[in-house]
Amino acid sequence: MNRPIRVLVAKPGLDGHDRGAKVIARALRDAGMEVIYTGLRQTPEQIVATAIQEDVDVIGLSLLSGAHNYLFPRVAELLKEEGVDDVLLIGGGVIPNEDIPGLKEAGISEIFTPGTPTTEMIEYIKNNLKR
Amino acid sequence: MLEKEKLSHINESKKKWEENVLAKALNKAPERKEEFKSGSGLKVNRLYTPEDIANIDYEEEIGFPGQYPFTRGYQPTMYRGRLWTMRMYAGFATAEESNKRYKYLVEQGSTGLSVAFDLPTQIGYDSDHPLAQGEVGKVGVAIDSLKDMEILFDGIPLDKVSTSMTINAPAAVLLAMYIAVAEKQGVSTDKLRGTIQNDILKEYIARGTYIFPTEPSMRLITNIFEYCSKDVPKWNTISISGYHIREAGSTAAQEVGFTLANGIAYVEAAVNAGLDVDTFAPRLSFFFNSHNDLFEEVAKFRAARRLWAKIMKERFKAKNEKSMMLKFHTQTAGCTLTAQQPDNNIIRVAMQALAAVLGGTQSLHTNSRDEALALPTEDSVTIALRTQQIIANETGVTNTVDPLAGSYYVEAKTKEIEEKAMEYITKIDELGGAARAIDLGYIQKEISDAAYQYQMEVESLERIVVGVNKYQVEEEPPKGLLKVDPVVAEMQKKKINEVKAKRNNEAVAEKLELLKKACQGTENVMPYILSAVKEYATLGEICGVMREVFGEYEQAVLL
Repeated sequence: MNRPIRVLVAKPGLDGHDRGAKVIARALRDAGMEVIYTGLRQTPEQIVATAIQEDVDVIGLSLLSGAHNYLFPRVAELLKEEGVDDVLLIGGGVIPNEDIPGLKEAGISEIFTPGTPTTEMIEYIKNNLKR
Repeated sequence: MLEKEKLSHINESKKKWEENVLAKALNKAPERKEEFKSGSGLKVNRLYTPEDIANIDYEEEIGFPGQYPFTRGYQPTMYRGRLWTMRMYAGFATAEESNKRYKYLVEQGSTGLSVAFDLPTQIGYDSDHPLAQGEVGKVGVAIDSLKDMEILFDGIPLDKVSTSMTINAPAAVLLAMYIAVAEKQGVSTDKLRGTIQNDILKEYIARGTYIFPTEPSMRLITNIFEYCSKDVPKWNTISISGYHIREAGSTAAQEVGFTLANGIAYVEAAVNAGLDVDTFAPRLSFFFNSHNDLFEEVAKFRAARRLWAKIMKERFKAKNEKSMMLKFHTQTAGCTLTAQQPDNNIIRVAMQALAAVLGGTQSLHTNSRDEALALPTEDSVTIALRTQQIIANETGVTNTVDPLAGSYYVEAKTKEIEEKAMEYITKIDELGGAARAIDLGYIQKEISDAAYQYQMEVESLERIVVGVNKYQVEEEPPKGLLKVDPVVAEMQKKKINEVKAKRNNEAVAEKLELLKKACQGTENVMPYILSAVKEYATLGEICGVMREVFGEYEQAVLL
């Protein structure tokens, strides 16, 4: 009981923009969470494997390349295939509003767009954990 | 330099002013803040006077434009002679689509092309590679073989335009494709003008499209320097980029310090490979960011020019003045664009563009208002280009050279940024140079610390971002954003198959084998890449051979 929340911050695909991912990783850590950052160029398979191995409560995907409609749902799909249903999956980056409903339908619980304060994300995570 | 007597008189007058005038004003109404800071967090004084620049020798430190140390600009007449190149970075989907956008931009008065490639191209994968899934044509145009490059520049005479290509790890391959297209157009290589980014160190630091480890990457860069100095003499062989370092969150002084430290590493690599500094250094170019703090940015550009001139002259003993001139492209700061109230971005971009012009840029890309949301639409790009045209034709800032020179504030700031940047360079030298400092994670850590601090300042309202943490409104999500059709990936795959069916596969295999041998040896690989490209070997095949010989870079993951 009361172990710190464990979060995997992940960069799927070929996108190299990691300013946001790193800022968020640090903000979550400063908020008392345990954070694992994958580094760049992770396949959805690698992300899901790391999440399982590290026994995380949350996966945060960060992507600015426009490939979110393929890569985000792919992570959700693989989690399902692995029978993982108690990990909160969220995402952020340059994501047009019109793509958000489709991503939520695919199993991404929330999408955070540019300008979101880190405090808002921290609150969201605390209130929406699945275990 | 003012005479001592005059200075001490100014000092006395200032004291009197502080006692008699300022004190009363402060008594009546205190200032808005205890301390004022620049966009990069440097302290800004209430007032700058001749005292603040008393230690700056005009002739040695500021001087005249077109003359060492080039603080006031690299040409004697600057924009009175020729305006900067209005170069809009563009590219998306297929070569066919991007070709249309380029022709449109040229019709609208754009004076140079700037090619954005998609991520698979930038990382040396063909569009049919598993890792390319979801990324084809998204952040730029997909180029798989010479065939795509022929379509990309169809109807664009390569002896008439200058073309900048944002390509790094596989820069040699894309440059070879460009040369091959020129040959097909009947344009000789000595007429080709343009730039390849070719700056791998900042990819390791901030941008992420690396392929090979440091050592072979540096060799490829040096090979390009050598090849172009003989065969493509008007080509800028590298664009040493601070832009992405700043986008990743660095301060202005870090942008200059880290970029010039990378520049030093490239010059050292080439000199160690036996090249004479004056054969390649005149073709080095730079690329900076133009951020929000107008005067700090102007000072930054001036400081970068002066510091590079000193480094080339004193450290590398360059003799040709052209080797000491820092020429640069500027892009307005993408990271300052907000998804909220996107039209406000037009204003931000205008002021950042003004800073670049007041700082003496050689070419400029202005971002579009919708880029925090998606790739820009044609309408948005047009406004961004018009912004440059208004600065050039209506504001009058182009009428005189380096108009802010002599401003007590700007000169003091220029000096301060130069000194701070030099401190970073010294630190990096102590660590063993830029490549080593990157391996140690020093540069990345400095940048991510600055980025984190920036974000915390925004969240604590110490730093105001209009429309984001102040002056917010409820707004409808913007409509009509540009969307890349996923069918692009299928079209690219089809094109690759057609190319592979039509080309001489035996010749391709032979050229790739020769390239492999060259990579294993010490020869210049450029001619081998060029002959493989001409046989329509794909980008993925060529980079595949190099991956096999060189291996791949492993990123140090740090927080």
